[in-house]
Amino acid sequence: MTTVETQVISGVGTSPKRPDGGLKVRGEFAFSSDLWADDMLWGATLRSPHPHARIRGIDITAAVALPGVYAVLTQEDVPGAKRYGLEIADQPVLAMDEVRYQGEPVAVVAADHPETARRAAARIAVDYEVLPAVTEASLGVLLRHVPVRAGDPAAKADVVVTGEYQVGMQDQAFLGPESGLAVPAEDGGIDLYVATQWLHVDQKQVAECLGLPADKVRLSLAGVGGAFGAREDLSMQVHASLLALHTGRPVKMVYGREESFFGHVHRHPAKMWYEHGATRDGKLVYVKAKIVLDGGAYASSSTAVAANAATLGIGPYEVPNVVMDASVYYTNNPPCGAMRGFGAVQACFAYESQMDKLALELGLDPVEVRLRNAMTTGSRMPTGQIVEGPAPVASLLTRVRSFPPPPSSSGDLREMPGGVSNTTHGEGVVRGIGYGIGIKNVAFSEGFDDYATARVRLEVIGGEPAVLVHTAAAEVGQGLVTVQAQIARTELGVERVTVATADTSVGSAAPPSPPRQTTRTGAAVGAARQAVRTELLARVGGARLDGGKVLSESGTVVADLAASIGDEPIEKTVEWRHRPTYPLDPVTGQGNAHVQYAFAAHRATVDVDLDLGLVRVVEIVTAQDVGKAVNPLAVEGQIHGGTAQGLGLALMEEIQIVDGVVRNPSFTDYLIPTILDMPPMKVDILEMADPHSPYGLRGVGEPPTISSTPAIVAAIRAATGKALTRVPVRPEHIVE
Amino acid sequence: MDFLQPSTWDDALAAKAAHPDAVPIAGGTDVMVELNFDRRRPPALLDLTRVAPLTEWGTDGDMLRVGAGVSYRRIIEELGSKLPGLAMASRTVGSPQIRNRGTVGGNLGSASPAGDAHPPLLASGALVELASVRGTRRVPVDAFFLGPKRSVLEPDELIAAFLVRPGGVEQFAKVGTRNAMVIAVCSFALSLSREARRVGTGIGSAAPTPIRALEAEEFLAASLDWEARGPVPPSVARRFGELVAAAAAPIDDVRGTAAYRSHALSVLARRTLAWAWKGMA
Ligand SMILES: Cc1cc2nc3c(=O)[nH]c(=O)nc-3n(C[C@H](O)[C@H](O)[C@H](O)COP(=O)(O)OP(=O)(O)OC[C@H]3O[C@@H](n4cnc5c(N)ncnc54)[C@H](O)[C@@H]3O)c2cc1C
Repeated sequence: MTTVETQVISGVGTSPKRPDGGLKVRGEFAFSSDLWADDMLWGATLRSPHPHARIRGIDITAAVALPGVYAVLTQEDVPGAKRYGLEIADQPVLAMDEVRYQGEPVAVVAADHPETARRAAARIAVDYEVLPAVTEASLGVLLRHVPVRAGDPAAKADVVVTGEYQVGMQDQAFLGPESGLAVPAEDGGIDLYVATQWLHVDQKQVAECLGLPADKVRLSLAGVGGAFGAREDLSMQVHASLLALHTGRPVKMVYGREESFFGHVHRHPAKMWYEHGATRDGKLVYVKAKIVLDGGAYASSSTAVAANAATLGIGPYEVPNVVMDASVYYTNNPPCGAMRGFGAVQACFAYESQMDKLALELGLDPVEVRLRNAMTTGSRMPTGQIVEGPAPVASLLTRVRSFPPPPSSSGDLREMPGGVSNTTHGEGVVRGIGYGIGIKNVAFSEGFDDYATARVRLEVIGGEPAVLVHTAAAEVGQGLVTVQAQIARTELGVERVTVATADTSVGSAAPPSPPRQTTRTGAAVGAARQAVRTELLARVGGARLDGGKVLSESGTVVADLAASIGDEPIEKTVEWRHRPTYPLDPVTGQGNAHVQYAFAAHRATVDVDLDLGLVRVVEIVTAQDVGKAVNPLAVEGQIHGGTAQGLGLALMEEIQIVDGVVRNPSFTDYLIPTILDMPPMKVDILEMADPHSPYGLRGVGEPPTISSTPAIVAAIRAATGKALTRVPVRPEHIVE
Repeated sequence: MDFLQPSTWDDALAAKAAHPDAVPIAGGTDVMVELNFDRRRPPALLDLTRVAPLTEWGTDGDMLRVGAGVSYRRIIEELGSKLPGLAMASRTVGSPQIRNRGTVGGNLGSASPAGDAHPPLLASGALVELASVRGTRRVPVDAFFLGPKRSVLEPDELIAAFLVRPGGVEQFAKVGTRNAMVIAVCSFALSLSREARRVGTGIGSAAPTPIRALEAEEFLAASLDWEARGPVPPSVARRFGELVAAAAAPIDDVRGTAAYRSHALSVLARRTLAWAWKGMA
């Protein structure tokens, strides 16, 4: 089931077409939900209807009795570790004596038809003793507290602004729900084809839960329809494997949209209290902040999210005195974990709202107050870490400010708040402009050994030199396959590049969730290329490669490339590591915890209908430093997509939960922006190479998600004069 | 599950009489969602897409008679000038794909309080034509809805068509929390007929069924300067808005609060009145 993509592709800095692009647009791309094996069974999951309950007993008799059912499994059937987790193994594969959130898996079924499997699951009788649910983070059990202390905790300032802010629970809302196919192997192991972000971490957890050695659990990446962090945790991987091993048949599991809302972690809802002290001329003296994150029922990556919120929580500003406390708590809400922006999103909404409040208090322009405090290369983070790479904060801000304002509305209904719903012909409509800038760490932090492995093979196929690239990095829609090939070509000057499907037969690649896949796996590919190149040049005594020839120092042809390779292919495997990072001091939060920082700024222009509270975002301008745009079109795509996700959080995207129960688990009522909500964007890409990074690369995907939300809300505030301390902003918040 | 596919209207009525628990399917944009969510498991589906008369429209006396199976897209393209309020509402339904398949008959069949075709049909005083092997009856649309997703449609009946007297100056506006593809938080339709000096209203998503604002209609019909078409006094517009809001019985739900719905209805009522009155040239 291995597929390979061969393409003639150009090098770094160009925008060749993605191999999956046309297929996806035409509806021909094979997603993991399209996997098929002839004799396969279908799996289904029984989930808890209660946010918190004790399980007194599970009776599977009626389910097993249904014709067509091959297996009904509960936690007793989990042969290995009964719990798993990215940071803390606290999440049961199947509920044990207790369920801790609505939607927690309790039992799994395999049957010869998906409908039969679902019906069988519905026949499982679970005797629940419903328990009170803790649904308020501050009343939950503390999972991690991250303090950061810098300077004088008692610092005083002339001007003080305070605020309380809230961020609702956002969903990644990727298009391809969780799915995969588990095939039992002859060696007693399992071959798992799955849409995931992180093959090797899945492999380790799945093997532990199945009680198998890691080499008996082989994962291959199946067609992924987006991820945004939601595929870092396991979903159906262990369940399908258990069923396959139990029945001896391939088992396919595909979540529907509603189940998907319960099948993955979400963005942490947050409550945040901020106090900013500044001098009369707008220089920040201190920031005091308390961030409370709702981690939900299980840990997932909550501890890292809390660290991000704490260490990035005052924004890209120089602040001498900081008292920051970020905490994440267990509750009986759905588990929260990785989502694009990873803890930086929530804090950015609060600190940028505070910067606007400060500007208002001082009578300063919102960009001006930011410029007066903008961090630069050499600035000290509140963690004590010195920002070594480019930090063009001021330049990003002035760039977005300098774009001409968008024209006023033409009167076309589609340009009005409410669109063709015909709610206004201009009545009550007021325009507002707002700014936002954010900071994000790139790559894993706090001493996590974050590495990527790439294998590169140079050989002659049909008389032509050809390159095969093999990594475990997941193409989840970000265009990685193309970028790997581009990096390959740049290093070797070979047109014919093949990128093999990611699987666990090569070493780990960290997940593409914090935006780093290009950075890290790209670096590994680049390094493997260099190793291949060095060996080749040594073989024939050349100095460089060009146009299929090996050249000497002076540029004369030493040998033909294909002839130099002959029938002795060169193959190199390289592990690439970032600079090491270090843990934070548990009391002061000091430490060089992050590898690299990335920045983006947004200017949003909105039209608001003051009487109905409806908003139309008219235009968004973004400036972002990407280090090096390996594939400029893909970079722009990431910036558009990230910005749209931030727009969604600003205006509409929220999983609404009442007493631990999700009220809107479908796209009928979990609204994501349509093309009539997302305005045209102007994108200004800066390429300030990072000295510590291959090709000067810097992560691209997350920063635009972070600052678009506060920019849009600031624009609505400018139009309405309302405080708007919670996102998503709802119409009733504006007309209240 | 059986799949019945009559190709004539008589066969369709006979099939419905023989299988009263068969669920009719037109565009399927509600039915398929319900099946997907496992909200219903009907023993049979009755496919109406092969019944040609359902997709036709024409005149019946001074009324326009539109088959239940005419899609939103065709209403916009073919009936936009004759039924402007319904066409405006149709433009707000779902996405192009949904408007290609979805029908007004299906909207009536679902009888959702949020159905977007309902307010303009209420405002223009439409009749719904119901048929069975027992015969045909025409029900005023404001007597059609009984409760959330319930109507007077009998188990052996099908919706044949709706009938409207064209000529009103009409408006429709719908509040949703995104600018397209959204279920109404609340909606409002207005129809003004100069000859009859009639004001018609329809409110969506703000009561257990789509409703008219009767008091608001009477007040406005008596207050407008029909003869000289002088400007609407602000006090009249305001009162009209208040009466529309008062007619609603909204609730708090995931889409919005009751208070917001009442407020928004009064705004929509005032604005649509201003637009319609201006359109009475
Ligand atoms: C993505 C999406 C977006 C949507 N957006 C909107 C929206 O913005 N506004 C809105 O109002 N609706 C919306 N809907 C709902 C739906 O499209 C409408 O209600 C549509 O009018 C249904 O028409 P249909 O022909 O598809 O009906 P079907 O799904 O075929 O039928 C709907 C109901 O009517 C019955 N029925 C159909 N025809 C007849 C008949 N001739 N006689 C008797 N009973 C009949 C069926 O048995 C069923 O109960 C949306 C649906 C989807 C999936």
